[in-house]
Amino acid sequence: MGRAVAVIGTGQTRHGMRSEVTYPDLIREAVLAAFQDAGITPDDIDGVVSGTMPSMMEGVALTHFYFADALRSVGKPILKTETCGSTGVSLAITGYYWVASGLADVVLVVGSEKMHEGDSQATMTTVAEPLYQRFFISGAPGAFGMQSKLWLQRYNVPEDKARDAAAKVSVDHHKSGLLNPYAHIRKEYSMEDVKNAPVIVYPVRLLDVCPNSDGACAVIMACEEKAKKICSKPAWIKGVGYAGEEYWIGDSDKVVWESAVKSASEAYKMAGISNPRQELDVAEIYNPFTFQELLYYECFGFCDFGTACDYTLKGTFARGGELPCDPSGGVLCTNPIGATGLIRCAEAALQVSGKAGERQIEGAELALAHAMGGIIQFNGVMILGSKL
Amino acid sequence: MVTFDKKGNPIIETEAIIPYQSVLGPTWFRFFEGLKEEKIYGTKCQKCRRVLVPARAFCPRCFLDMEEWVKVPSEGEILAWVYTNYEYFGMPTKPPFITAIIRLDGTDTGFLHLIGGFDLSDVEKVRTRVKDGARVQAVWRKEKQGHVMDIEYFRPL
Amino acid sequence: MEKHFHVREHEVWLPYRFSVGPVFHRFYQGLKEGKILGNRCPKCGKVLVPPRSFCPDCYVDMTDWVETAQEGELVSWVLGRKEFFGMPMDPPFIGALIRLDRTDCNFLHLVGGFDLDQKENLKKLRTGIRVKAVWRDDKKGHFLDIQYFQPI
Repeated sequence: MGRAVAVIGTGQTRHGMRSEVTYPDLIREAVLAAFQDAGITPDDIDGVVSGTMPSMMEGVALTHFYFADALRSVGKPILKTETCGSTGVSLAITGYYWVASGLADVVLVVGSEKMHEGDSQATMTTVAEPLYQRFFISGAPGAFGMQSKLWLQRYNVPEDKARDAAAKVSVDHHKSGLLNPYAHIRKEYSMEDVKNAPVIVYPVRLLDVCPNSDGACAVIMACEEKAKKICSKPAWIKGVGYAGEEYWIGDSDKVVWESAVKSASEAYKMAGISNPRQELDVAEIYNPFTFQELLYYECFGFCDFGTACDYTLKGTFARGGELPCDPSGGVLCTNPIGATGLIRCAEAALQVSGKAGERQIEGAELALAHAMGGIIQFNGVMILGSKL
Repeated sequence: MVTFDKKGNPIIETEAIIPYQSVLGPTWFRFFEGLKEEKIYGTKCQKCRRVLVPARAFCPRCFLDMEEWVKVPSEGEILAWVYTNYEYFGMPTKPPFITAIIRLDGTDTGFLHLIGGFDLSDVEKVRTRVKDGARVQAVWRKEKQGHVMDIEYFRPL
Repeated sequence: MEKHFHVREHEVWLPYRFSVGPVFHRFYQGLKEGKILGNRCPKCGKVLVPPRSFCPDCYVDMTDWVETAQEGELVSWVLGRKEFFGMPMDPPFIGALIRLDRTDCNFLHLVGGFDLDQKENLKKLRTGIRVKAVWRDDKKGHFLDIQYFQPI
């Protein structure tokens, strides 16, 4: 199984439009914050994990070369991983494997993106090969829009109910964003604002989707011995899971979404969780689209398939509910794609170690972090807890 | 050289244009030649017996070569569709357009393509014309290039 | 006999808006005025050019700006002849690492001011020879406001 690993420090940039700094400076902002939070120096780091979405986003290939100075990785082993949207969780899982294996005691994990430097949809579309799918993928919203429709049909969910539930998700998360000093979008919206926002890809509207954000997140992981010595409240990594489907979008069932179900169940098994809605205190779900978040509640076993809208409208997944989801404001408020999944892990770590400031969920001890990558192809989940 | 963005910060605007030559390989080549003749080819797996379209070199689940070619009907039903009315830089298909996952008759996968043949300018009107589960049929371009867009769109019947 | 393969030609065409940041912006402004600017680390005292926002060795902000010499020693060089798609400089050209006087890193730029096709000229290039910046008249705030460094 490997050694126990904990998150002993995190750092984030102020996410948003950061055109006043160059990309390496943005990285350094997050890295300095993480070192300060953990109370260690770069000399204590045995290895670095770095990653982003396809680096054609910013026009520099293999950005970990460019970031060598900003990451303090000169002279140290470095691992790079890129899994598009799920990059952040892949980075966290890579760091976890490295320390759990015993080949490193302390590892720095950094995810980043500078989306305002390029065209995000044009870049993301290059994930589709040029002979066939690239002509039909109308960016991320297209794929997610189709998936949401398949889901609504399968369980006969009336479109109005889904529209209301998705709008509630948007309203709740934007409200949470106000409590998060790092969030990009910090603005409150009403149900009417969301339901009447301009259409992007029907039924997805402007306030159902994430912003393009610049930002970086750094997380420091340590083995049990070092974590107990250095950190007063380590956030222990209790479980990880990652899975994907076939490349061709029509080949697999995207409703009972295999990779989402599997990545969560693997992580639950490792963490000893059998009733997620009851046992988890917080879930930081990767939610660039409101409708898709509803599907995740079902795939992660928070409720039965077809019932997510009912639970959402009741408030089960809101701040004061049974299982608060995305108290940080989530991806709807902040989406620097290479960092986003790692921000989910950082926020989950902050929650279980009681360091989440105004957005803290009282008494949180067990949290889920998640990210999705590719054209609805890969999912990764990490469970963090306050107890070893 | 250096210009200033809406926040007044110095930026450099530029473009990257990178050329590629993607090899088709025998499977895609045969599939695209089929489109030139208004034929849609799929392949059938020797083990799981699923028919997948476009034709594949191997079955993704069984990992075996798919050598049995079948001509697939150019009719089927819409599983899901989305209406796109925004544009990103260099988008190959210009908006507004409707992408759909279509289950062609006799196949075991979703075929990604466009729905069209009517006015797409108003999303509310489009919603009345396109229904999940509707039967659709391929409409071909006159001039064919051995390209997936030799099918211009699928028309609701 | 050449084998022919069926290919699909296509392009990836993407737009960018790189953030220049305050340090490079000031460096570019210096170039427009015919100056080469570097900066000095307050901790280790190294002078780096082009200037940096932080010292790569000490990880602290670089705060002291200096106008560097425009002359220095040739460290290494390479003659580029082969052309590839979208190349920013048209070959032939000589890329070079130059140690400007009183700086602590090698500055990447071009060597020129003579006929690159004449072998005798190339033979004169050696590590340690002195070179000096030659500027364009119309400066735009770009690295190539310095046309090249010429052997003196």
